[in-house]
Amino acid sequence: MKARIHITLKNGVLDPQGKAIEHALGGLGFAGIDGVRQGKFIEIDLAETDPGKAREAADAMCQRLLANVVIEDYRIDIDE
Amino acid sequence: MNAAVIVFPGSNCDRDIQVALAASLGSAPEMVWHGEASMPDVDLIVVPGGFSYGDYLRSGAMAAHSPVMREVVRRANDGVPVLGICNGFQILTEAGLLPGVLMRNAGLRFVCRDVDLRVGENKSVFTRHYDARQVIRIPIAHNEGNYSTDPETLARLEGEGRVAFRYCDPSGAVTDDANPNGSLANIAGILNENGNVLGMMPHPERLAEAALGGTDGRAMFDGLAS
Repeated sequence: MKARIHITLKNGVLDPQGKAIEHALGGLGFAGIDGVRQGKFIEIDLAETDPGKAREAADAMCQRLLANVVIEDYRIDIDE
Repeated sequence: MNAAVIVFPGSNCDRDIQVALAASLGSAPEMVWHGEASMPDVDLIVVPGGFSYGDYLRSGAMAAHSPVMREVVRRANDGVPVLGICNGFQILTEAGLLPGVLMRNAGLRFVCRDVDLRVGENKSVFTRHYDARQVIRIPIAHNEGNYSTDPETLARLEGEGRVAFRYCDPSGAVTDDANPNGSLANIAGILNENGNVLGMMPHPERLAEAALGGTDGRAMFDGLAS
């Protein structure tokens, strides 16, 4: 079972890297971009076979280490 | 007075602080490897600058969970002075000893130069050899020094006199132009509630003797020794 975790800065937290990417995309001629947020993607292979327990474990990992919840949000997807 | 310097894989200011502490304390500090679960009895713990664990995941995130950090947190809660410089500040926030977070510099550039700092109150063991609101010159060298926290925590830091240092201009004015990294309220260093834990981005150990080009950092170590 895989846990796929997306970590992004919370709304309202300035993301200077996202801003720089947005600016660069505009410079390349890509129009109609209303905003860019950069984040992290972490994929974890779990021995757990129960999706609920796998999500619970991934959530604890995010809280303890993977995300800094002062400034970051995370989303967990469990792949069976 | 005995001090310990914690050494992580990727620490690179551990020797500098060792030399600066030895000059002020009169004896060399113990260098303690991050994998140790115990530490000698000391009167001061320093978490030095560098790039612990290559800044993997977030600056300081991995180091904050090193075995020795459990002991550092325990000693800090017992009142032992703990000083975190640069990456050490990032580690102390990740370990929960100080509030807030150090984000990527607003200008997206690594900033390495001397800056002017205004000392806050001078009641802590770290700042007692400075005058309150004295302007000192200390180098910074970081990519993630943009301090941020929620409005309630900022109000508490301000109200309790826990902002130890702010980026300022040479006259002591705290201005946007003097802010090298986008830090909230120009914050360069903060104290915990009890005043025995200080985290700061600037490097006092790098200007602690005349041969280095300045001595403004020395008063911190002399103050700790006295």
